[in-house]
Amino acid sequence: MRIERRLEQPRWLSFAVPAAALVLATLLGGLVLLVTGHPPVKSFRRLFEAAFTANGALSATVVSATPLAFTGLCAAIAFRMNLFNIGGEGQLYGGAITGATAGLLLADTPSPVAIGAMVLAGAAGGALVAAIPGFLRAFLSTNEIITSLMLNYVVGLILTYLIFDTHSYLRDTKGFQAQVFPQGKTLPESATWPSWTIHGLALPLGFLLAVGLAAAVWALYARTRFGFEVQVIGDSARAARYAGMRTRRKILAVMCLSGALAGIGGASQDGDFRHQLDPRGLTAAGYGYAGIVIAALGRYNPVAVVVLAFGLGGLQNAGYTLQSADFPAGLVGVMQGLILFCALGGELFVRYRVRFERRAPKPAPVAPEPSR
Amino acid sequence: MNNSLLVVVIASGVGYGTPLLYAALGELVAERSGVLNLGVEGMMLVGAVMGFWTVQRVHVGSTAVLAAAIGVAALAAGAMALIHAFLVVTLRANQIVSGLALTIFAGAGGLSSYLGNDLNLSGSPARHQFTEPLPKSLQDLKIVGPILFGQSVLVYVSWLCVVLVALYLRWTRAGLNARAVGESPAAADAMGIDVARYRYVHTIVGGALAGVGGATFSLWLTPQWVDGLTEGAGWIAIALVIFAFWRPTFCLVGAYFFGALTALPFALQAHDVHISGDLIQTIPYSMTVVALVLVSTAVARRRLGAPAALGRPYVREER
Repeated sequence: MRIERRLEQPRWLSFAVPAAALVLATLLGGLVLLVTGHPPVKSFRRLFEAAFTANGALSATVVSATPLAFTGLCAAIAFRMNLFNIGGEGQLYGGAITGATAGLLLADTPSPVAIGAMVLAGAAGGALVAAIPGFLRAFLSTNEIITSLMLNYVVGLILTYLIFDTHSYLRDTKGFQAQVFPQGKTLPESATWPSWTIHGLALPLGFLLAVGLAAAVWALYARTRFGFEVQVIGDSARAARYAGMRTRRKILAVMCLSGALAGIGGASQDGDFRHQLDPRGLTAAGYGYAGIVIAALGRYNPVAVVVLAFGLGGLQNAGYTLQSADFPAGLVGVMQGLILFCALGGELFVRYRVRFERRAPKPAPVAPEPSR
Repeated sequence: MNNSLLVVVIASGVGYGTPLLYAALGELVAERSGVLNLGVEGMMLVGAVMGFWTVQRVHVGSTAVLAAAIGVAALAAGAMALIHAFLVVTLRANQIVSGLALTIFAGAGGLSSYLGNDLNLSGSPARHQFTEPLPKSLQDLKIVGPILFGQSVLVYVSWLCVVLVALYLRWTRAGLNARAVGESPAAADAMGIDVARYRYVHTIVGGALAGVGGATFSLWLTPQWVDGLTEGAGWIAIALVIFAFWRPTFCLVGAYFFGALTALPFALQAHDVHISGDLIQTIPYSMTVVALVLVSTAVARRRLGAPAALGRPYVREER
């Protein structure tokens, strides 16, 4: 067996391989269920029903998909540049903190102003968190993988601290519930993000924003000079520098953009769904890490990210819905992991060609290259 | 004297630091051979749940079952590491994404939760747990008693592991080869070292150590099975490897320092000083960032930096 690099990657492969990975992951997941004594087909059918076909399931899936789309875009835009920002988690927290602050401060302004300010504040909060590893990487060449990962915890702990361990502006200390268990202040009416219902499917503003931003990211990479330069830097930083591109600024800019996307996702959590700063809910969800999974699955294509966020969001939503029943807990994580393993392994077949050939007993004469 | 703040914090810091130490040593072994494994958290949790399962379900003497539990934990976590090794060494996948996938697959909300629920493990205390084996008279010695002698066997074994890993990397041929694989796989390959095999073995051994770290929680510190009981210790362990500049002995110091920071808020509360545990907990992470910045200066990188080939797949034809 020989593995050799493909000179060209056929287009159909980038659809066929993820599809095959999905099938393989389903089979492996079924095997796990079978070994542990659960009926696989029935479990998967219930998973699918709870995610997509049950009454109101689609709307709930959109709710789960929204943050994943944001963190997926956050990872995709940076990974495209070979900039491994795995701090989407912390950047989302940052955006949630600043977004909620903006929403509370602007309680007496008209709703569009308050919402616009929340989006901007969320983007700024996320960008600020991402700027730290971005700056360190650009100017001190510090590995951004670990610094962005560490900041996830720093910002997560600050988030918890703001609500659980201090009398901050964001914490509610008056209400009955708030004295039983610490919680954030409820956002005012003006800071509640609108949602539109089409044929019974509720589409929150955050989801529509994510779709729009995915298109914007696609256009940025496919249609602008900035996007082109970023990809050149990603492929070969040295070549880019010789060509006169400003690599350091681009690294910082892409990190900030990436963080801003996750940050808007955080603001959307405040405005669309939770209506308060909710440390427990946010830290338990692990949106940032799932976003990286989605970005890798979608091969860093922003449009694919939104589609996949919908799929994985469905899985997560099903996990919540079925949690209490006699459904194997942890199956959702197992399935997500398996899908990712298979997709990662499948990547080999996109980039390389695997040839099976019988090992010749004697060194065979070298065949001439067929002329094209 | 033995109840004074400093002694309490250091003694419990050694306790809290022990799972970090095991996991960090494991990660260090893997990283020295050039494999970055971000799945530590997941491997620890699988180790914790399988170790606990052994103790609950296998009915033999206390010592035997605890030894078996550690073995099972190491095996289970090693199997998780094997997935990572297969993906990144054989299939040349991105090490970061693969490691994160491993944490999602095995960690809280994944396989460890699945096993914990399916094997019905939560809610009951461990039938056997590690205790402090040394005689009471030693434990009651001033200052050193609680810190050095009032610890579980797991602590003493972890010291042994530190020495073994340090000696292995420094003085044995295999250790030298492993470091060569981590620094320059092409040169190692030219010397006739099987790069893939070294990376497989070190990743799996690293995973096994992470599993022991996880079992330290479920069999000594906590001692029961709670979903996600490591609470991010795996990530601290990854930070610790950097913090220790990839040196086993520094890992020991760093682990106890990070452990002491966990213990500090509780101890202070007992002395009527209220300080936010959340904010203190940010210190290990912030310090790791600072340490990493220091390591990335040019001079330091030459003397104590990361293995040069860390995170890069090795493909012979593409050099």
